[in-house]
Amino acid sequence: MEKDKFSVRDLDLYYGSNHALKKINLQIPERAVTALIGPSGCGKSSFLRCLNRMNDFIPGCSVSGKVELDGSDIYDANTDLINLRRRVGMVFQRPNPFPMSIFDNVAYGPRLHGDRDRNTLRDIVEESLRVSALWGEVRDILHTPALALSGGQQQRLCIARAVAVQPEVLLMDEPTSALDPMATARIEELVRELRTRYTVVIVTHNMQQAARISDTTDFFLSGEMVESGPTQQMFTSPRDKRTEDYITGRFG
Amino acid sequence: MRTSLKEDRIPRIAVMTIASLGVAIMLFILYSLVRDSIPILAHVTLSDLLFGTHWYPTYDPPEFGMLPLIAGSVSVTLLASLISLPISLALAVFLSEVCPAILREILKPVIEILGFFPSVVLGFIGMVVIAPWMVMNFNIMTGLNLLNASVLMGVMIIPIVTSLAEDSLNSVPKDIRDASFALGATRLETITRSVIPAALPGLMTASLLGVMRAIGETMVVLMAAGGAAMIPRSIMDPVRPLTSAIAAEMGETPFRSDHYFALFFAGLLLLLMTLALNMTALWIESRAKRLRS
Amino acid sequence: MSGARKSKDRTATIMLWLVMALTCGMLALILAFLVSKGWSVLSWEFLTKKPRSMMTAGGISTPIVGTLQLVLVSMGFAFPVGVFTAVYLVEYARDDWFTRALRLAVRSLAGVPSVVFGLFGLSFFVIFMGFDPSLLSAGLTLGCLALPVIVGASESALLAVPRDYRDASYALGATQWQTIRKVVLPAAFPSIITGAILSVGRVAGETAPIIFTGAAFFAPRFAKSIFDQVMALPYHVLILATAGTNIEKTRPIQYGTVLVLLFFVLGMTMTGVLWRARLRIRQRAQR
Repeated sequence: MEKDKFSVRDLDLYYGSNHALKKINLQIPERAVTALIGPSGCGKSSFLRCLNRMNDFIPGCSVSGKVELDGSDIYDANTDLINLRRRVGMVFQRPNPFPMSIFDNVAYGPRLHGDRDRNTLRDIVEESLRVSALWGEVRDILHTPALALSGGQQQRLCIARAVAVQPEVLLMDEPTSALDPMATARIEELVRELRTRYTVVIVTHNMQQAARISDTTDFFLSGEMVESGPTQQMFTSPRDKRTEDYITGRFG
Repeated sequence: MRTSLKEDRIPRIAVMTIASLGVAIMLFILYSLVRDSIPILAHVTLSDLLFGTHWYPTYDPPEFGMLPLIAGSVSVTLLASLISLPISLALAVFLSEVCPAILREILKPVIEILGFFPSVVLGFIGMVVIAPWMVMNFNIMTGLNLLNASVLMGVMIIPIVTSLAEDSLNSVPKDIRDASFALGATRLETITRSVIPAALPGLMTASLLGVMRAIGETMVVLMAAGGAAMIPRSIMDPVRPLTSAIAAEMGETPFRSDHYFALFFAGLLLLLMTLALNMTALWIESRAKRLRS
Repeated sequence: MSGARKSKDRTATIMLWLVMALTCGMLALILAFLVSKGWSVLSWEFLTKKPRSMMTAGGISTPIVGTLQLVLVSMGFAFPVGVFTAVYLVEYARDDWFTRALRLAVRSLAGVPSVVFGLFGLSFFVIFMGFDPSLLSAGLTLGCLALPVIVGASESALLAVPRDYRDASYALGATQWQTIRKVVLPAAFPSIITGAILSVGRVAGETAPIIFTGAAFFAPRFAKSIFDQVMALPYHVLILATAGTNIEKTRPIQYGTVLVLLFFVLGMTMTGVLWRARLRIRQRAQR
């Protein structure tokens, strides 16, 4: 029953001469939450950005190896970047709603991809906001500026915005690091629900968070993938000494 | 490696085409000035043009010695810089180091706004206020002279230089000041020994850009400098800088006459002078940036 | 020893205050003088009537309208070109020769003396393009002069748009152009407009570039087409003060024109500067 959504083989990433990711090999299961943990600077965010090729925008960045999404390499020359990013959505560290209304934020993606019909758009916006558990709070203020929302609401809006293009995968780069504990709890709850529809890959430096919400955990250290396995097992009986050191708080 | 999407090529090329207009305009400026000033060299030698002391373009035969014009430009610029640079730098130091924050919030924008003061208005003030005052107080025939124009030119470049100099003082990191104060330095010592040296490239750039503006300024000298094409012997002598010669004479010059070409040559001289100053400033900036990193 | 150092410090501080006070005093004096001389001339008639009797009487409506027309033509050219140049520099530029040439060109343009712009306008727009001395030639010449101002202001406006916005847009599958058009430009637009307002202030006050490219000594009526010559406020001041038919008699008109020009230019600039300051405060609050 478990199928892999992503299969990464021998992935190397350089920023100029800096070898940021070294021969990464790992599988990301479909419709599950995968957490990437590790100390800051370990490459987990860089790895995340490889999965929708956001690293392409960084000058001096080069990638080799294979990243297969449903069996086809996304670094293949024929890959349609637009379609890739539509299938693989992303939520960022800091909530980054556009300076537009709530409605326009969510409708931004569908409009890009050609949805112009008002009724369709309204349905997509409502559905996406329901998925991100924000609908109840904003249904009457859809046309007010998104920047007026609280930090936690903004982040759920960003999730709704990502969901609106009907992705298969959601990449989340420390989505709660800029939020207070209450807002964080809501996002975590939401992530657990999202698992039933989407493949979620979440970068976090908060190990409790990884333990609470993920099914699988991958531990990164200095650009290497040290250990990968079911979250339960990782946190109770890590196989690698370095993983154990990290989990027990000896560094990071 | 940076991917360029197929969909992005057309907008990219379109934006690039529009942007290239800036380069085209600059090249056209250079080209048209060079093209329209070369013909004069067929009739007058370069050294006669640059070092001849008689500018009588409408006499028969005409004389195109530009030394008086060049001397006019240089003297007004020098005197204006002498007057305004110390004031500008003092103002910049005041704003960034001494001024209370509230006052600064008011003065900064005021100074920036004054940088847009129309120079024709300054020239007008030179004619109706300063000139009669000078005639009344000094024993001279006309108040339209080197000093009058230089004072106004100084007034014109003070806001420009102050603004730029203040920016560079302001970008000196706070730790440098803290370190100096912590060693027991007074504010004056901190300013002269650590803040100003740290901001020196910026201050030099600001001064050079101010000088550049002064050389190229037209209306002030056209209206207030007196307009006599002679090498000044005192600051009360009238002068005719290159800019005012062009502005005053181009309108009455037959198209493609020797006089027309000579005025374009004067324009080319001006352009080369300002470009040289601009490039020097740019060089100082980039060197300072390299040293910092 | 320490006492000497302290008193030196105090003297320097007092000197700096003095320089500031003197400069401000001078400035206030100049402004007060111009206002006191010109204020009584200003009236509805002065603003809306055309000059009469060889410009020794009547109002200054033709130069006012002419200046507005020049501003419109110059912005019609410089605004789009300037904004797109900034878009190229911020969004597309790579580290190649073209980018370096473009930066160098914009920087050089900013330093070109205004009278040299006039020569260029004469040689290129008036003669080479065959536009003759006209609203079009003068406006385009002023546009070239305003270009670096708009590029500079737009560049900093675009740079102030957070990277986050761009990332979010790309992550949704937007192309770079879609991102620029739908997210970056709208976010930067208010700041870009303030830059344009500042350049309007610069354009309206310039005289030297229009003397031989289209400013009219006298025009009996408003320009009906872009190929007509126009009167302009700064040129009107120059003419009346140096070449008018009766320089002493028209002094009041000169003061009035100076004041109108000053109100327009400084008013524009002040609007631009204050609005920009407000935007910056709001941007900071949003982060």
